Amino acid sequence: MSTKRMSFGQATVDATRFAMRQDERIIVLGEDISWGGNFGQFRGLLEEFGPKRVIDMPISEAAIMSVSLGAAVTGLRPVASMSFVEFTFGAMDEIVNQVAKFRYMFGGQTSVPIVLRASDGTMRCSASHHSSSLEVRFAHMPGLKVVAPSNAADAKGLLRSAIADDDPVVYLENKQMTAKRAPVPEDDYNVPLGSATIARPGRDVTIITYSIPALRALEACAQLEAKGIDAGVIDLRSLVPLDMTTVLETVAQTRLAVVVHEAWRFGGLGAEIASQITEALFKELVAPVARVGAASAPIPFSPPLEAAVVPGVSDIVAAVERVIG
Amino acid sequence: MATTLDGIPNEVALAIHRRMVRIRAFEEYVSELFLQGKLQGFVHTYIGQEAIAAGVCSLLDDSDYITSTHRGHGHAIAKGIHLNQIMAELFGNVTGACRGRGGSMHVADFSLGMLGANGIVGGGFGIAAGAALSAKYRGTNQVSVCFFGDGAINKGTFHEALNFAAVHDLPAVFICENNQYAQFTAGGRTTAVNDLAVRAASYNIPGVTADGNHAGEVYRAAHEALNRARAGRGPTLLNLLTYRFGGHYVGDAEVYRDKQEVEKRRALDPIPRWEQALNDARILSADEATTIWAATRQAVADAEQFAQDSPFPQADTALDWVFTEAADR
Repeated sequence: MSTKRMSFGQATVDATRFAMRQDERIIVLGEDISWGGNFGQFRGLLEEFGPKRVIDMPISEAAIMSVSLGAAVTGLRPVASMSFVEFTFGAMDEIVNQVAKFRYMFGGQTSVPIVLRASDGTMRCSASHHSSSLEVRFAHMPGLKVVAPSNAADAKGLLRSAIADDDPVVYLENKQMTAKRAPVPEDDYNVPLGSATIARPGRDVTIITYSIPALRALEACAQLEAKGIDAGVIDLRSLVPLDMTTVLETVAQTRLAVVVHEAWRFGGLGAEIASQITEALFKELVAPVARVGAASAPIPFSPPLEAAVVPGVSDIVAAVERVIG
Repeated sequence: MATTLDGIPNEVALAIHRRMVRIRAFEEYVSELFLQGKLQGFVHTYIGQEAIAAGVCSLLDDSDYITSTHRGHGHAIAKGIHLNQIMAELFGNVTGACRGRGGSMHVADFSLGMLGANGIVGGGFGIAAGAALSAKYRGTNQVSVCFFGDGAINKGTFHEALNFAAVHDLPAVFICENNQYAQFTAGGRTTAVNDLAVRAASYNIPGVTADGNHAGEVYRAAHEALNRARAGRGPTLLNLLTYRFGGHYVGDAEVYRDKQEVEKRRALDPIPRWEQALNDARILSADEATTIWAATRQAVADAEQFAQDSPFPQADTALDWVFTEAADR
């Protein structure tokens, strides 16, 4: 398949366009999307598909979500943009109490094919209301699938799968990554939900991560290599369903694991993954599974404070060295 | 014999009556079952408000959509879900409308356009608007009706959804069942306006107040709003004045209101009023009414028997339908 260098944001536009051309039931709705969205992740859709399918919503997050739900259970397949992930709190009642539960509490009478797109993570010191990583809020709730790609190629393939899926999928796109370019297959293609990928094999220790920390983990591996440590990276890509098979098979070999995310360490997904590894491989592990995540403070504005709270490459290197001992 | 009662075709007037009776008989029976300890969970009855669900739903087709509330049995019955399926759902049986996953506050039948009773006050506004958007997008003649209580009118979702529905002239009707109480609290103590219909002005849509305890008035108000919606002229807010004869839920001690107030309002019971109107118009005799009540009470008792004879879901199915199974795709 021929590839083309494009940004993460362009890759998502590509996936949406392929999907909308094939399926008239797909609509896109959100704030400012006819202008392309905050990060160009909807650029060009209005021009191709028109205002009937690309709907500018009022700044009414609950309505964006509940209108999507009403449309989804009556024959449409909405892709809803919530802009910044913090804004999902304004619709959390709809997301958690309605979207996630509709299929189950009505006994399987309906599916809920919605993709909820939201930009997360830090970017140029955007402060507390535009910097968070909230994946665990969605992953915790039965009935929601959650994906968090780390590069443009996965962004396209995972969004394609998310739109094709009959269940609600929360699609988290890291803000710093939106402009990052990478080779992306030009044709239509899918990355299946629930499949992790080994971004870098490594014999000594396994770093398990997703979204932009996957890129930081690869940088950390390069630094560790210079110190004679062969660290590998598993990029989870999907958080629900979670591909623990790949994680456990890999950690069974290395016997050392570090879980990394930009979300807060306390109660983060790292705790769940570390716990599952420990339950399955306690006797094989050489050291306790380490976790790297943000310190327990709202993300601060001032650059040195932001850097102090959010984990960087050096934090990953330090955690790996700690478990290797 | 006239063919219409103030513009309502006779057969429709009778159908409204039968639905009201079905709701009342079901709710009285279910209240008794709950007090006997035969039902788990919470039960919120629709007693006193029957004219609204019955009157509005007499104007809807199976393909039209409704959203309902925690007080949803009346809507489920009026939209045509079989009593057996509703009763079995209240018992948590696998034969229930939601195969026992939902219970009293989550009765639904998507094949009948009943998009669910809902345990979250104000949960239906946006869902109804979304169903209306979908109907408009697909170019059908369907309408979407959102039933909600006066307590829900102070939710932010009311504002968000009505604004959106109005901007897009969606085929939706928002029907406030103004039963005077938001849970335990009288509406006047927590709502800044007395006439809830005035809130329609914020969305540049009609706001109409009518007697929700008079099936004929409900029918006429809904008829106009639904015609407007089907004609592509956008949503309407209906403020239908009614009264909740029971407490917030069955077993509520009702410390927040006088018994006398309730007794006074019982004089406006919508069912005897409609029976009298039908009788005056020589559409329904007292004997015929008696027969309908007896047959309906029997159908409700039969529904309990159906539920009692039905199995619970198997424990090993507890995780079914969290996600769409590959086989369903």
